[in-house]
Amino acid sequence: MVFNIELPHVGESVTEAVIGKWLKAPGDQIEKYDPLVEVVTDKVNMDVPSPASGTLTKIIAIEGETVAMGAVIAEMETVDGEVSVTSDSPAASEPAQVSESSLASRIGTLVQGANVGPTGGEFVDTSLTAAKPADSAAQNTSAQPATSGSRQKGFSPVVTRLAAQHGIDLYSLVGTGLGGRVTKKDVLTAVENGGTGSTSSPQTTQVALDEDQVIEPSPIRKMIANHMVKSMTEIPHAWSAIEVDVTGMVEWRTANKDNFEREHGTRLTYLPITLSVVAHALRANPRLNSSWSDGNIILKSAINVGVAVAADGGLVVPVVHSAADSSLVDLAGKLGGVVERARSGSMTLDDVQGGTFTLNNTGALGSVWGGAIINHPQAAILTTEAIVKRPVVISASGVDSIAIRSMMNICLSFDHRIVDGAEASAFLQSLKSGLEAITLTSDLK
Amino acid sequence: MSATANKPSNSPEQLSGDQLSGERLVELYRTMVLSRYLDERVWLLNRQGKAAIAASAQGHEAAQVACIEATDPTKDHYLIYYRQFTAMLALGTEPEEMLRGFLAKEGDPMSAARQFPLHGAHPRVDLFNFSNVIATQLPQAAGVALADKLSGSDAVTIVYFGDGASSQGDTHEAMNFVGVQKLPVIFFCENNRFAISVPIEKQMGIDSLASRAAGYGFPGVQVDGTEVVAVNEAAKAAVARARAGEGPTLIEASVERLLPHTTDDDHTRYRTAEDIEQMSKRDPIRIQSELLIRRGLITEAEDEKIHADAKRRVNVATDTVDAESYPGVETMFDHLNVEYREEHEVSGGDA
Amino acid sequence: MPEKTVIEAVREAMQIEMRRDDTMIILGEDVGSRGGVFLATDGLIDEFGENRVIDTPLAESLICGVALGAAVNGLRPLAEIQFADFVWPAINQIVGEASKVRYGTNGVKTAPMTIRVPYGGGVRGGLYHSQSIEVLFAHTPGLSVVAPATPYDAKGLLATAIRTDDPVIVLEHKRTYRLVKGEVPDESYTIPIGKAEIKRPGTDMTIITYGLMLHYSLQAAEMAAANGIDVEVLDLRTLRPLDSGAIAESASRTGKALIVQEDTPAVSIGSEVSAIIGERCFFDLDGPILRVGPPELPPMPFSPIQEAAFMPSPEKILTAITKLAEI
Repeated sequence: MVFNIELPHVGESVTEAVIGKWLKAPGDQIEKYDPLVEVVTDKVNMDVPSPASGTLTKIIAIEGETVAMGAVIAEMETVDGEVSVTSDSPAASEPAQVSESSLASRIGTLVQGANVGPTGGEFVDTSLTAAKPADSAAQNTSAQPATSGSRQKGFSPVVTRLAAQHGIDLYSLVGTGLGGRVTKKDVLTAVENGGTGSTSSPQTTQVALDEDQVIEPSPIRKMIANHMVKSMTEIPHAWSAIEVDVTGMVEWRTANKDNFEREHGTRLTYLPITLSVVAHALRANPRLNSSWSDGNIILKSAINVGVAVAADGGLVVPVVHSAADSSLVDLAGKLGGVVERARSGSMTLDDVQGGTFTLNNTGALGSVWGGAIINHPQAAILTTEAIVKRPVVISASGVDSIAIRSMMNICLSFDHRIVDGAEASAFLQSLKSGLEAITLTSDLK
Repeated sequence: MSATANKPSNSPEQLSGDQLSGERLVELYRTMVLSRYLDERVWLLNRQGKAAIAASAQGHEAAQVACIEATDPTKDHYLIYYRQFTAMLALGTEPEEMLRGFLAKEGDPMSAARQFPLHGAHPRVDLFNFSNVIATQLPQAAGVALADKLSGSDAVTIVYFGDGASSQGDTHEAMNFVGVQKLPVIFFCENNRFAISVPIEKQMGIDSLASRAAGYGFPGVQVDGTEVVAVNEAAKAAVARARAGEGPTLIEASVERLLPHTTDDDHTRYRTAEDIEQMSKRDPIRIQSELLIRRGLITEAEDEKIHADAKRRVNVATDTVDAESYPGVETMFDHLNVEYREEHEVSGGDA
Repeated sequence: MPEKTVIEAVREAMQIEMRRDDTMIILGEDVGSRGGVFLATDGLIDEFGENRVIDTPLAESLICGVALGAAVNGLRPLAEIQFADFVWPAINQIVGEASKVRYGTNGVKTAPMTIRVPYGGGVRGGLYHSQSIEVLFAHTPGLSVVAPATPYDAKGLLATAIRTDDPVIVLEHKRTYRLVKGEVPDESYTIPIGKAEIKRPGTDMTIITYGLMLHYSLQAAEMAAANGIDVEVLDLRTLRPLDSGAIAESASRTGKALIVQEDTPAVSIGSEVSAIIGERCFFDLDGPILRVGPPELPPMPFSPIQEAAFMPSPEKILTAITKLAEI
């Protein structure tokens, strides 16, 4: 078959050559690699070798003619199957991307076909074009680092530093690194999320069957979830409860609520009453109004009681500030306002900040006992349970009799680092006394 | 050539033509005597533990002063090696300055005592000695002379070395290049026939180092290194050649190394008692003293005075420098090259 | 702006400095009428004459010793060692003598000399035309050592080296001579010695490298970007003094460091960079400091598959990037 012989590339800065003496003539039998013609460039003089065996049929570029690299200079008839086109450039790397920036242009690009031999010449290395890929056994990378393979339990220096700086609990974080390692990114994500850790799903993954429904939690739900995990993980919870005879409080409220509403323009529920009693009890029992922080117990001077409210998205805890310094009317007003804002989703920052204790009226929904989760980083949370009429034993002047009384359980979850059982009980006793002191004729302010 | 004392071919007794005047000869002798006493004092200071290391020039004095005398210290270049004690004095170095080098005191002019004595660069003449790696100064001398040739200066570069250095590759490379380029270099070899303990017959397969010059295309001259006049004649001729642009010369001055290689050496381990005794007769101080007296240039009394003056001078210098202090530790950081960065200090860092 | 190869940039720097300072001379084997075996000095003897572009005998110790002697006597010599593999006889004059001239003469003598040395492999150079020699010089107090990888850097750093009044070793990777082409201004400019440069900004990890490996690292970084890994590439440019500030700043910011070098790893530039990072960035690291380098054997075998197996490559660098990113 007819085969075109081209002038091969000899160097990236050489674009053309002058044809010198032809060493073969048309009709000559030529072997592959036989020198065919001398060519002259400004870098080097060279002989062009025959790319195949066969017969030289036609000379196209004549002596003295200037020819561009790649141009056809002659024709030959090859023996079938003999042609091998040796590429001009060995398996060269892809040139680097050149962007618009001047840095990129200063870095430069890699020139295809820029040849260099062992001692500086124009050697075109073709030995690798047909060679096998490099043996990957030659690893070329440093020895396996300690982190590979086993589950990474330790924390890297930057992770430890960032956690300390931002008060992140590393053990609450889910690690996305090798083997579950907590990475720098994981910590920074936690910082962004307000210290609540990675929002990715926890370790235990369940398989959702086709008939199951998978719900993507809302941001609020995610936050609540993280907050609960944090509280349960960090705070050693203990519980105590006490029964309270609120017959007097019930009677008082029944008698006064209409007047109250008429006079103050706000509804009178049990909540402001219990809130007032709680606030005063906290003043008398300051360790229940504290926080464990960095190994210290911080007794809060303010008494800001958060009240759990079921809002549309989930549980929110608006805060009534200075609850112990507020009158009943004030408390009713504040509560009314803040609960309204919570339910309508229009709470302000002030409404949610600064809480030192949390009160949850789980009784409103019929609960008679609760073990609430402490609102981290507070020391305790109190639930007021349902008021239920029960037969109870009353002792009067040494005589026992059965009476029907309105009974309400109050349940305390407390941080056992800060509060012991005795203190918890003392606090509950204060509450009980305060509440049981209310009678039909009390003058509550 | 054997390792025992010998007397080379040319040793002229006569003064001739416009040669050294009697006055100059006496001056040169004075320098040689001062050198001898200072040299002995340095040896003593070493034995006292005050001078850590010294290489003696005893036996080399005549060769060194005579060569320097033929040069022009206002423009010529001197690439010395560690044994050029007398040459330093001949070029105007004060005994105090020499002692500051040996005692490593503050004020050492050559290297501020960061280097061995006689290493560094002279503050007043273009004399330097970068290291005590043998023969590295020969290619450097070629470079110095190349710069002069290119600038058209008629300065001459004198490079000093011993018989041991002549075996180094650098010596061959330098002589070859200097011969090719016809550079104004004087290769001045003080052949004392020992490279520490290795005798000359184990150092080279030839009798005369000077004969090698022919292999590089320039003249080689052998002289008796104990004769001031002979050495001076040879040096003057070489200097004239070089200044006229006629190229290099190799001068081989035959001397005796009267003391061991350095204060750390003991030459009784490799030289026989007879040999040591024999070679000590080729003492240039004695030879020159006799010549000057014979010529009537000095009397014996004047000779004694020259010796007494030298001794006194050496004592003054010793007392002065002995009382001086060492350079402060912080001067260790002086004259570091531009690349030095404090942040490369290991440990601490400002992480 | 014109585009030039590394060798063209090198030649241009020399030409500009030779014109600028007539105390400058060039000496070495074949630098004269041959124009240097890489054509680095092509044409210079025609412009400046054989007194300033000097063909020396075949003697490396002589070349550097003469350069030193000329330097202390008023000239500003630039010596070319034809191949790094031949530098060893000259170590005495460079490391033993030149580096200590200023210090050892208490400032009386200084040696404003430059030594250019083509080095590196991937050119089928076998054991004696492929060596990387930087470590010995980079370890020597008194020497500066630069290793530009781009045409722009080559011209600027060589100009600075020549103008520096103490000895500077300029290491030019011979594979980059004609391989890398980039923008180089025609006019004279300098790049300071001792300053690394971020050639590719990134956030997930830093590759610290120099020489030919810069270009392989950039390629690997592009491939990694396609996999969502954002790699910063820091070109050291100077090997002594190392730009510890830039190294530490980048490694601290990204938290992960990968050193890529062609030289065998044991006791190498990478070892020193790793020590700097360990010392300065400990509390900012999110992973171990890894190194990519060839296996520990004499660099490098002549046969093509072995040479390719020896040399780091963009693919091998990408493997290391991926491994470090996953940690």
